[in-house]
Amino acid sequence: MLSNLNFRATVLSLVMLVVFLGVWQLATAPEVLAPQQGELSEYEQLMGGGTDRSSSSGIPAPTQVFSHAFSELSNPFYDAGPNDKGIGIQLAYSIYRVLLGFALAALIAIPLGFVIGMSPLLNKAFDPYIQILKPISPLAWMPLALFVIRDSNMSAIFVIFICSIWPMLVNTAYGVASVRNDWLNVAKTHQLSNLRTAFTVILPAAAPTILTGMRISIGIAWLVIVAAEMLVGGTGIGYYIWNEWNNLDLASVIFAIIMIGIVGFLLDASLAQATKFVRYAD
Amino acid sequence: MPTKSLHDPFDANADLRHGSSCRHGHTGPGSCSCFDTASPDLEEKLERRATHEPVQADAHATGEDLSDEAMVDRAVESAIVRGMFGHNEINRRRFLQMIGGGTVAAALGSILPLDKVKAAIKDGGPLEKTKLRVGFVPITCATPIIMAHPMGFYERHGLDVDVIKTAGWAVARDMSLSGEYDASHMLSPMPLSMTLGSGSSREHYIMPAVENINGQAITLHNKHKDKRDPKDWKGFTFAVPFEYSMHNFLLRYLVAEHGLDPDRDISIRVVPPPEMVANLRAENVDGYLAPDPFNQRAVWDGIGFIHMLTKDIWDGHPCCAFACSAAWADEHPNTFGALFRSLIEATQYSSDINNRAEIAEAISPRAYLNQPQSVVEQVLTGRYADGLGNVQNDPHRIDFDPFPWHSMATWILTQMKRWGYVDRDFDYNRLAEDVFLASECAEVMTELGYEAPSDTYKNFEIMGKVFDYTDPEGYLDSFAIRRS
Repeated sequence: MLSNLNFRATVLSLVMLVVFLGVWQLATAPEVLAPQQGELSEYEQLMGGGTDRSSSSGIPAPTQVFSHAFSELSNPFYDAGPNDKGIGIQLAYSIYRVLLGFALAALIAIPLGFVIGMSPLLNKAFDPYIQILKPISPLAWMPLALFVIRDSNMSAIFVIFICSIWPMLVNTAYGVASVRNDWLNVAKTHQLSNLRTAFTVILPAAAPTILTGMRISIGIAWLVIVAAEMLVGGTGIGYYIWNEWNNLDLASVIFAIIMIGIVGFLLDASLAQATKFVRYAD
Repeated sequence: MPTKSLHDPFDANADLRHGSSCRHGHTGPGSCSCFDTASPDLEEKLERRATHEPVQADAHATGEDLSDEAMVDRAVESAIVRGMFGHNEINRRRFLQMIGGGTVAAALGSILPLDKVKAAIKDGGPLEKTKLRVGFVPITCATPIIMAHPMGFYERHGLDVDVIKTAGWAVARDMSLSGEYDASHMLSPMPLSMTLGSGSSREHYIMPAVENINGQAITLHNKHKDKRDPKDWKGFTFAVPFEYSMHNFLLRYLVAEHGLDPDRDISIRVVPPPEMVANLRAENVDGYLAPDPFNQRAVWDGIGFIHMLTKDIWDGHPCCAFACSAAWADEHPNTFGALFRSLIEATQYSSDINNRAEIAEAISPRAYLNQPQSVVEQVLTGRYADGLGNVQNDPHRIDFDPFPWHSMATWILTQMKRWGYVDRDFDYNRLAEDVFLASECAEVMTELGYEAPSDTYKNFEIMGKVFDYTDPEGYLDSFAIRRS
């Protein structure tokens, strides 16, 4: 029955994809140009008359996106100077920034969340700051970061850090605070030290909540890196989109959007996999 | 450069005015041509210099012996000393008599790193740094900075330069301030505003050379084809690339001359150049005064038409420039000199209309402008489709001239004051001379065998109205629409 459901879902997904691509293709089909009468005038040439234009509406057809994707993916790691690198290198830069900023945030957020979760006093004391800092758009930090840190790459990493710290902090604190009292009491009757209680009772109990926080964080971090790189430029998938936007090359932009989706999915899936290891049943 | 100005500027008895006493023996003003043409003696001297012949002291012209090197030193010192006294000879002499020339020279040397700046523009000395990062915003104004890379102008002077594409002017400013870029492509008002600390943290910036003159245009959305008179633009939204830009000042000047108040009757929005075409297509803006290729690109994509070229507002106006912090030039004088020379050469090469098609091919690829080559070529060669059905031909649509006239800076400063970007008083000439390195640029141009102007100030005509550099405040007061 389950495999049957899976099978039907796959078929439905494929049908949706085909319908979507079909509608897209039809909507953007290149105009069939009337055969040119003789030579193009100079004005027509200067207006790009003789060249291959994507389509009448300016939006590329799916076939164009695929052929572009194929040419980009067949040589993903070329490096032609600081302003022109392959899509693989651009994605690697973005992933590196996200992972570094995310790791720094985890290093601070998880221990701090633990402490906040275990102490109702600290919980109340930190709460107003967390509530105010949490809703700030990470990009709002960018001008300040550029000015203070004086390094565009570190500023982008800082922006990732600041946006991924809050979900982890809040979730860790919540997970730690909501460990069942029964379990803590059992630990007390066994006369476990505070540290031992933290590691053998609280951490495993709170782990699923903490990982959920990490999953939310990496999702946000991946959303933010694109915008941050569009702002500072240089390298990364965000810069790639910005650079193609300059040229109004929408086939490249759509291709990059798809790549961003795939990488974001992989990042999320890897943390979802990790969640499985810490899951437990009451 | 008339050699009159090469008298010792620290000598109270010397006269630095170019035409005040004429060695040709005429008495009345206007009867001698040496006031406005460079002296033949000097030309001869410069010719000898180019061929590295020893220069004979020209006692007749300057009244004292000046070696090759000393002449450069003297030109720089003189420009600074004259600038300090607001070009008032009487003040200068009175002051020097009172204090003594040596004291002034020593005091001045302690504030301004004269020796290093002078050393920077002379050849020789090992490069302190060969690997440089130079930022650029992907527009045709940056042509010399960009094309110097693929066409080998940096290499020729021993530099290994990475030209880094930058998302906009605010980022270029911050990257430059943070030292991530050694030097950067900037809009010519930016080094002035940064030195003033307006719209930026305060840091002394220098602008050794202009990149391009002209080369901007006003593009309007196709739906405004019938609104060609600026008086009809009330309520329009325009985009400009940056607040401290010639684009902003020229657009404000233009609409104000047509009776519209740029702060009340139209709205001006800052949009980074690469995002302008997309904004015009989305009708977020009605038009823009922007750098190319984005005017031509709007035509190419059938979104807008070129209403007018900025050349028709002010023919020969400066636009973009090459700039770096004074501190960087001071720490790396030889590298600075090499970079200066490569960019002057690249700019001069770009100014030859016959080289433009070749340059268009070099700078169109993805690593540089990332634009269709035909678009870049139409901008650089000046033979272009205007979006209204005509082929226009204007070889001076964009031009390249490195010389940073001090009076260009003065004009920019009057407009910054006019529109309230600075609200305090400052010494126009002093600031212009601190930031625009006109004398040094003339030196490098001459050294490389190009013709350099002999003065660093001249009047300009903007929409038929003459800007008199000697009276910036009076010029400012002559405008009815202004904020200050």
